Amino acid sequence: MRLHEYQAKQVFADAGIPTPASGLAATVDEAVAAAEEIGYPVAIKAQVHVGGRGKAGGIKLVEDETEAREAAEDILGMDLKGYTVERVLVEEAVDFVNELYVGVTMDRGEGKPVAMVSTRGGVNIEEVAEEDPDAIAREHIDPAFGMHPYQARKVVYDAGVDREIASDVASILTTLYQLWDDRDGSDAEINPLMVTGDDEVIAADAVFNVDEDALFRQPELQEMEEEGEFAENELERKADEYGFDYVRLSGNVGIIGNGAGLVMTTLDLVDHYGGTPANFLDVGGGAKADRIANALDMVFSDENVDSVVFNIFGGITRGDEVAKGINQALEQFDEIPKPVVVRLAGTNWEEGMEILNEDLVTVEKTLEDAVQRAVEYADDVADEEVKQ
Amino acid sequence: MSVLVDDDSRVIVQGITGGEGKFHTEQMIEYGTNVVAGAVPGKGGQEVAGVPVYDTVAEAAEEENADTSVVFVPPAFAGDACFEALGVDALDLVVTITEGIPTQDVSRVYRRLQETDAYLIGPNCPGVITPGEAKLGILPGNIFEAGRVGLVSRSGTLTYQVVDSLTQRGIGQSTAIGIGGDPIIGTSFVEALALFEQDSKTDAVVMCGEIGGEDEEEAAAYIDEYMTTPVAGFIAGRTAPPGKRMGHAGAIVSGSGTGTAQSKIDALESAGVPVGDTPEEVVDNVEDLL
Repeated sequence: MRLHEYQAKQVFADAGIPTPASGLAATVDEAVAAAEEIGYPVAIKAQVHVGGRGKAGGIKLVEDETEAREAAEDILGMDLKGYTVERVLVEEAVDFVNELYVGVTMDRGEGKPVAMVSTRGGVNIEEVAEEDPDAIAREHIDPAFGMHPYQARKVVYDAGVDREIASDVASILTTLYQLWDDRDGSDAEINPLMVTGDDEVIAADAVFNVDEDALFRQPELQEMEEEGEFAENELERKADEYGFDYVRLSGNVGIIGNGAGLVMTTLDLVDHYGGTPANFLDVGGGAKADRIANALDMVFSDENVDSVVFNIFGGITRGDEVAKGINQALEQFDEIPKPVVVRLAGTNWEEGMEILNEDLVTVEKTLEDAVQRAVEYADDVADEEVKQ
Repeated sequence: MSVLVDDDSRVIVQGITGGEGKFHTEQMIEYGTNVVAGAVPGKGGQEVAGVPVYDTVAEAAEEENADTSVVFVPPAFAGDACFEALGVDALDLVVTITEGIPTQDVSRVYRRLQETDAYLIGPNCPGVITPGEAKLGILPGNIFEAGRVGLVSRSGTLTYQVVDSLTQRGIGQSTAIGIGGDPIIGTSFVEALALFEQDSKTDAVVMCGEIGGEDEEEAAAYIDEYMTTPVAGFIAGRTAPPGKRMGHAGAIVSGSGTGTAQSKIDALESAGVPVGDTPEEVVDNVEDLL
C-alpha cells in the first residue's frame, strides 16, 4: 500500500524530518488560499499514485496568484495516466543548490533491509541504479539489531555527501530507518532531499509504501489508506471490495483462476496462443461458490473482455463449489454476456463436472485447450465488432 | 534417502486446533504422514485427529521425539511460531504454510534461520511431499505418484498442474517442494536443487519459477556450475506488466526491469536448461531428459 505524498510527508514531519510548508487542496480556491498563506513561489503537485508526475504536467511551479489559479485549474480534475486528480499539494518552493537521495527498502535477495544514499537525487533513482550502480552507497542492516548510528554515518560518507551536512543527513536516515522499521514500511524514500544555500536539508518529496500484510498492526496507516482511496481505477476498487488479487491489463480475454503462479501461466498461454489477456484475477485458495460468482461478475464488468477462461486446479479449492458458483453467476442472465470456457481439475473435479450447467459454458479438459478456445471466442467477437 | 521428508519423519503441527490446521492434519495422516503431536499455546492436554496437543513446541518435540514441524498459525502470530520451532534443536525441518506474514517478521525469522542447521520451507507455500511416503502441508496427495523426478516451485497450483501432467504421462515424482511465493523465503531454489543433486532417487528435476527477484538467475548459475542431474524449467509471468504485484507478494517486476521472465529464461537456457513455453512442453522436455 502506497501513501500519497501529502500523507507520507505528514508521517515524516511527525517523526522530525524537515519538510517544506504545505497545504492540501481539493478546489482551485483552496489551492490559491494555501498558496497565499505559504507565500510565493509555490509548487502545485497532483496527489495521485503515478510515476513521472512532473513530466506529465502534474507538477507546476507558480510565482503569483494568477499563475496559481491557472495551474490549480489545469491540474485538478486532469487525467494522469488513467487516474483523475482530486487533490493537489500546495508547497513552499525550496531554493536548493543540491539534491540527494535517501532511502530504506527490503533487499529480498539478502533477506534484510538496506539503507541507501546518493548525491544524485532529484532524478529517477532506478535509472541511476541501472546506469551507474556505484553512485548509490548501500549498507545492509541486521534486522536483529536495527541500524547502528555508525552505519548511518558510514553510508552517508560512502556516498560522498558534503561534510557540512553529513551529520544532518545521517540523522534523517536514522529517523527514516526507524519509521520504516516501526511502521512496517516496504519502501521509504526521500527523493530529492534538497540542500539549500545555507546548508539546510529538507525533504522535498516523500515516498512511504507499507507492507499490506502488516496493515493489521498499523491502524493509523490503514486509516490513511482509506482516506486516500479516491477515484482510482473502478475495477481495481471493486476487486479490493471482493478481496481478489486483480490486475487489469489491456487485452480482451478475461482470466480467472486459483493461485498466482497458475493464473500467471494462464495469462502467458493466452499470449502464447495469439490472444491478449484482459486481466489477472486470482480467487485465492478455498474459494466458495459466492466468491466464484463474484469473480465472474468482476470480469464481465470489464467492457474490454470478449471471452473468459476459467481455470481451476483444486487443491484446497473444490471443483463442486466452483461449479456451483459458475452456475449461480450465469443462471441469472437470459443470455450469457460473454462466452465462458471452463477447465476444472484437482480436488472434486468430477463432482464439479456433474453440477456444472454445460448449456451455459464450454468445457475443456486441459489448460491448453481451454485457453485456445477462449482465444478463438475472443477473436470471433472482435471480428463481429469489426463487421458492425 | 528421499529429500526432506519420508516415512520416518515425525511431525508436529503448530496451529493444529485451527480450522485449516485440523483439516490438513487429517489429510496428512490419511496420506500416511507420521503426525505425532500438535502444539498450540493454552491447548495442551487436548487431542486433535487422534494426536496429542502440547502447549509448547519444545515439549511436543521432546515428548514425541519429533524432527519436523508444519506451521498453520495465522499470519500475525506465524513469525513467532517460526521462531519457536527454530529454537528447538531437535527439529531440522520447519514448513510454514501461512500466507500473508509481514515481510519484516519474515526477515527476522530468516536472520534467525542462519544461526541454525534447520531447513525452513516457505512461508506462503503448499508444502513438501514425497509421494507414497509422507506429505507436509496442503498439497492434494492424489495427483502425485512415486517416481524419480524431483520438483521445486514457487507456486502451489502451478506445481499441481505440472505434477498432474507428469503423472498422466506415467512419470512419477521423488519429492516435490513448494518453496513459496513471498519475497523472502527460507529455502531458495539453489538450496532445493542442491538437495536433489545429492539425492540418489532423483534422476531429473523440474524447476518452476516466476517473475520477481533473482532466485532463478542464481539457480541457473548453480546448475551451470554444480549440477549433473538434468533440470527442466518453466517461468510464469512472461506477460506481467512492470510494477504490478501478480498475486504473490514476491511476484513483481520492478520498475528498473529486474526480475523479468525473459532474464530468467535466458539465464536458465544459457545454463543448458530447456524452458518450456507451456506446462505440457515442460513435461515433453522431462521425457527427453530421462
